Amino acid sequence: MANFIFLPILALINLLFLLTTVHSNSFETKATQFFNSGHTNNWAVLVCTSRFWFNYRHVANVLSVYRSVKRLGIPDSHIVLMLADDMACNHRNPKPATVFSHKNMELNVYGDDVEVDYRGYEVTVENFLRVLTGRLPPSTPRSKRLLSDDRSNILIYLTGHGGNGFLKFQDSEEISNVELADAFEQMWQKRRYNELLFIIDTCQGASMYERFYSPNIMALASSQVGEDSLSHQPDLAIGVHLMDRYTFYLLEFLEDIHPASQANMNDLFKVCPKSQCVSTPGHRTDLFLRDPRSVLITDFFGSVRKVEITREAVNLTSAAEQPVEATSIRKEPKSEPLSYVDQLPVAEIIHQKPKQKDWHPPDGFILGLWTLILLVFFKTYGIKHLKHIF
Amino acid sequence: MIFLKSSISTRWFWAPSAAPSSAAVSLPDSCEEELLIRPLHSGDIYASFQFRTLWDTDFLHQGKKVSHYRLFPKSLGQVLSKFSVRELHISFTQGYWRTMQWGQPIVPSPPGAELWVWFHNTVADVDGNWKELTNVLSGIFCASLNFIDSTNTVQPSASFKPLGLGNATDHRFLRYATLPREIVCTENLTPWKKLLPCGSKAGLAVLMKSEKLFHSSFHSQAVHIRPVCKDWQCSSTAWELRQTLNVVFDLYTSGQGKKEWSLFKMFSRTLTEACPLASSSKVYVDVTDNPEGELFDLSPATSVLNTAVVLGDRRTYSVYDLTQKETFGQLRSLNLVLRWKGESDMLRPLLHAERYVAGFGLQTGEIHTLIYNNHPYRAFPVLLLDSVPWYLRLYIHTLTVTSKTRENKPSYIHYQPSKDRLRPHLLEMLVQLPPHSVTEVTVQFERALLKWTEYTPDPNHGFYVGSSVISALVPSVVAMDTNNTQERPLFSSFFPTKEESSYFVRVYTEPLLVNLPTPDFSMPYNVICLTCTVVAVGYGSFYNLLTRTFQVEEPSQPLAKRLANVIRRIRGVPLL
Repeated sequence: MANFIFLPILALINLLFLLTTVHSNSFETKATQFFNSGHTNNWAVLVCTSRFWFNYRHVANVLSVYRSVKRLGIPDSHIVLMLADDMACNHRNPKPATVFSHKNMELNVYGDDVEVDYRGYEVTVENFLRVLTGRLPPSTPRSKRLLSDDRSNILIYLTGHGGNGFLKFQDSEEISNVELADAFEQMWQKRRYNELLFIIDTCQGASMYERFYSPNIMALASSQVGEDSLSHQPDLAIGVHLMDRYTFYLLEFLEDIHPASQANMNDLFKVCPKSQCVSTPGHRTDLFLRDPRSVLITDFFGSVRKVEITREAVNLTSAAEQPVEATSIRKEPKSEPLSYVDQLPVAEIIHQKPKQKDWHPPDGFILGLWTLILLVFFKTYGIKHLKHIF
Repeated sequence: MIFLKSSISTRWFWAPSAAPSSAAVSLPDSCEEELLIRPLHSGDIYASFQFRTLWDTDFLHQGKKVSHYRLFPKSLGQVLSKFSVRELHISFTQGYWRTMQWGQPIVPSPPGAELWVWFHNTVADVDGNWKELTNVLSGIFCASLNFIDSTNTVQPSASFKPLGLGNATDHRFLRYATLPREIVCTENLTPWKKLLPCGSKAGLAVLMKSEKLFHSSFHSQAVHIRPVCKDWQCSSTAWELRQTLNVVFDLYTSGQGKKEWSLFKMFSRTLTEACPLASSSKVYVDVTDNPEGELFDLSPATSVLNTAVVLGDRRTYSVYDLTQKETFGQLRSLNLVLRWKGESDMLRPLLHAERYVAGFGLQTGEIHTLIYNNHPYRAFPVLLLDSVPWYLRLYIHTLTVTSKTRENKPSYIHYQPSKDRLRPHLLEMLVQLPPHSVTEVTVQFERALLKWTEYTPDPNHGFYVGSSVISALVPSVVAMDTNNTQERPLFSSFFPTKEESSYFVRVYTEPLLVNLPTPDFSMPYNVICLTCTVVAVGYGSFYNLLTRTFQVEEPSQPLAKRLANVIRRIRGVPLL
């Protein structure tokens, strides 16, 4: 009899143990899935380095990547957008406040909700390197900073005019591939990124990633050394070329990606083959630790948030309490009525005394001049005249 | 910004449930919105949006920090308390206001960006606060305001008196700067719209579509923060935040040449509801020149008329109250249509100004400022403020002020000379304008040569000189309303009026575009190549001359002779 009772109890206890182990296994698998990609936040630094109206296509390139990145979930606060010139509100633009990527004005990549962080003359090599390395003056606002940490995946996209080993900024200065590689090494040593995806769409773009030596960097370029990246199509109404070929096909590829997409980096490497691009796109994955096949596009272009559902109730404080508190504290004594200031008090202005400037001792030039005059005087007339002075 | 939106929605969700218990407590902040539409005589149309948020709080109180924000945007509130700002005025403008064709604007602004700030008199380091404030504002408004530094900041001594309440007017706490080159585009409108209590989702702000707003002759958006009277007794102050957006649509570019305007044609949207958080939401249409309906047709017709004294003139307005459901009619949307029927003339504005650069060549030039007083018999004083960058060296001994070909001596002159690369010229003059006359102010200048690295990437475009500011008390045709505390439409209460016979107006001139002598930027590269070549060739030759020695070398002998020489060496016999 006792055995009969004992056995089910034992079975129950065994079942309980089994359940707990199974439960912990499922937690472990969930945890590993959670940390598979290794990153917890996404950043994007998108730079257009060209000025002047005929470089419209570079601004359109950057804005199309900005649009895709925003659509896939990265918020404006995590995007540093640098545009070297203003094309949308340029006086040559026949349709103001728009930047088109497809001819016949099909797609306006400028949109209604754009926030540009660095614009016009602020886009310089120094500012770009300061943003990457985080060495900005203390009064720089948050929207202009790259506040990434060691669990951030950063997408860096550069476009403009380039050559073998350099990228031209605003037609007046350039950044070399060595400087860029050193900046990324600084970022690695300060643990400012978890993984970095570097895309460049310029002539001879592959030369810019030749010198990288920091780990966890994957790089893509639109053309090899010795090749030019070509533009896609002009729009006859606007009068300029609208996009570069590589970014045009990149945009087409990204338009098919949605936040839950499982497309991986190998698909990205196949974007724009030589038949479409005329130049040969290149890529570099030797510094990257993971296999490109296991890296999702949304690891860099999207900001997939992991959500945890909770069933507990949360208490919010009632809004009615606040105003009562405010009025009880502020008991100001009744003072005389205040008035507005006279905007143009003519009489007061005419009789305004000039500001008393602080007296400064004469500076070097005046002292030297007077010394010279005195010396010449005493040389010509003799030193005995000194007694008349003192 | 995402967090701000969600917090507003949760509080709005809570308000109905909290209302029964707090019915007696009035909320300390309120907001109003209004749109003024004024058809212009050239066929263009002028639309002016004003959004005002009034908040009874104390940002500058040292002990308690403000942390509960409802309608007032938190980003601006934190800026005000951190930098001890008493008044802040910032505007972004694209285009130039044509006073002769359009009359006086409701809220004047110069082309580019303009920022002027009054700091509280407890601030110890005004320049440090100013520098940080410009950087913070450049982040908030996505503009390059960080280019404001000591080379384009001035401290006016008599212009730009505070527009808000207060007694202290020590000009040491005032800073004024302008960036005439600043571009305004959607990226400036986006954060501006986010500061509104309803955002761009409800109320009048749904009309703000950038593709239509920037395809216009004039577009100006501004933020004005100042302390105002809390109530009619005016014993304490409340903070007022005014966001204004002025736009002038051109007859030919936006109107396709047809003199018929509607809200849909101007903004590609119609109004469907008022902002739920606003206590008043109105649309005013200026019908002063149309008493019998002979000039234009306005539909849907309304019987509500309002008169207000604006800019020295009594104007009549048709009012559409968006908080009433009847305004929207059957279709639940309001689309105002104005159809022009006749032509009319515009009254000449009493005060306007022009400015241009005269002279030729790249060394010297002359700045001419013309101020027109079109009043037939009254003279009035104007205060002219000129801020010229240091690279145009003004010769103040050549300054002349002439009216009606006679010299007109200013009753007050304040001149602060520039320091190279440190601060600009500041010239302020109080000039009495005779009636019905043109006053011309001329000053000669010389252009400086900048250092190679100080040129912009596109130096052949030219360098901008900011607009001159002319502040004046213009005699008004009708008596102005001096009671500043009663309920008035927002557009008539922007500048406070102290006396009945005149009104305050600010006129901005054109900015100037001046060419500076530009070097050839390829010269450093050329110089390095040339110098290296010369040094290599010169030094190389010199070194060779000094150290080269010559040795006689015998030609190599044929094989037979060499063999014979070898044998002779072995034998010990002299060689051949």
